[in-house]
Amino acid sequence: MKKLLTSIAAFGILSSSQVMAQDLSIKVTNLTNGIHFTPLLVSAHDANSRLFMEGTTASTSLQAMAEGGDISALSTDIQALGGDVSENPAAGLLAPGANTSFTLMTGSTNTYLSLTAMLLPTNDGFVGADSIMIPATAGTYTYYLNAYDAGTEANNEVINGAGTPGDLGIPADPSAENGTGATGITTAENNTMVHIHRSNMGDRDATGGTSDLDSTVHRWLNPVAQLIITVN
Amino acid sequence: MKSKHILKLFTAGITAALLVLYLSACNMDDDDDDNDMQEETTREFSVKVINLTNNQPFSPITGLLHGSSYQPYSLGTSASSALETLAESGDNSAFLSNANVDNSAAGSGILAPGANETIMLESDDDKIRLSLLTMLVNTNDGFAAIEGVDISGLEKNESLMLHAKVYDAGTEANSEAAADVPGQMGEGFNMTRDDRDFVSVHSGIVSMEDGLTTSALDSSHRFDNPGAKVIITRIN
Repeated sequence: MKKLLTSIAAFGILSSSQVMAQDLSIKVTNLTNGIHFTPLLVSAHDANSRLFMEGTTASTSLQAMAEGGDISALSTDIQALGGDVSENPAAGLLAPGANTSFTLMTGSTNTYLSLTAMLLPTNDGFVGADSIMIPATAGTYTYYLNAYDAGTEANNEVINGAGTPGDLGIPADPSAENGTGATGITTAENNTMVHIHRSNMGDRDATGGTSDLDSTVHRWLNPVAQLIITVN
Repeated sequence: MKSKHILKLFTAGITAALLVLYLSACNMDDDDDDNDMQEETTREFSVKVINLTNNQPFSPITGLLHGSSYQPYSLGTSASSALETLAESGDNSAFLSNANVDNSAAGSGILAPGANETIMLESDDDKIRLSLLTMLVNTNDGFAAIEGVDISGLEKNESLMLHAKVYDAGTEANSEAAADVPGQMGEGFNMTRDDRDFVSVHSGIVSMEDGLTTSALDSSHRFDNPGAKVIITRIN
């Protein structure tokens, strides 16, 4: 035990000698009532790189995350630009009301933090944080995150297992509170840029109607997540 | 090796900063009137607005610079006729000609969902507040706005990023009927106030699909906050 403490102390001295590197403790809480988060991707990166940006076209990697929950390409992209990442810290889905805590060590120039995770069940909705400036002073900081629409898929609200980019439909509802047999609520995506999600519509018809989602379960209002960053 | 390099840069930075301080101190001692005049610079700002809604085109965006004594609207209180007009029809002329506004600028036209536009504003004052308003045209009297943001402390080349919420002017009932919604070819301004007559956060679109049988709107017109992103940059 004594040895462990000594090595922690030594580590502390080492990390403080790196000019801007930071040791972050991060907690993410799902604030929705009936929406799961797929595996989170959390990244510290520099001012020139991002996971997504409001009002711009989604990258194919962002699309894969938003339509199917696959963070691998998005993680590869940001690491190629020098970003530090925490992949899937909740080890799977983060249920409504649940939280996950983890740590992230940031490189000296990686002073911004971004986060994404697909919202299930949606067609291409995700919870996002774009380039939060990581505070330089030690302390605990709280942020509230909005739900975005990647703009890459029409929100037809039909659950058919489709999670591959370009395939129309929703992969699944992890809470199994969905209906079946819906005809689809729309075939159009009006705003094809990354924008604020208008939330699910849903209906009250469990065996038909236009949506497989339940209007009393699968809607939300922003914010959809709480992000607490502790700068150690 | 790397930290040594950073230290070197840091030292160079301090030297440069001291040099600037020294030079500006010299300037302050200078009695030349021309130099005093140059210190009263006009501040210029670019204001970029991004429409973050799915299917709510914005009326021409309206940027206003003003002092702390003026508010284009106040939450929980009755809308001015300028706000009623903008929120019901998109017509911003009463704001642009308002005597309490030091400087104003408007977008060139409708700002589509996903699109962005940048307007330029300038002021000789050193105490400056910015307000920005735009109607969501597929609503009765909904508008996205920021109000009275103090940008006096913004340094040159510094940016401030904000999200704008969607508000309800409270001057027209939210019928969502085609006859009352400009984006559905309906009526714009009507001076009759048949709603609660105070400005509130908008409660959103109900739509025909969700049981409002008079509604001309569908699920695509629904929105959640924020409705817009606003990036303010001092460029001079």
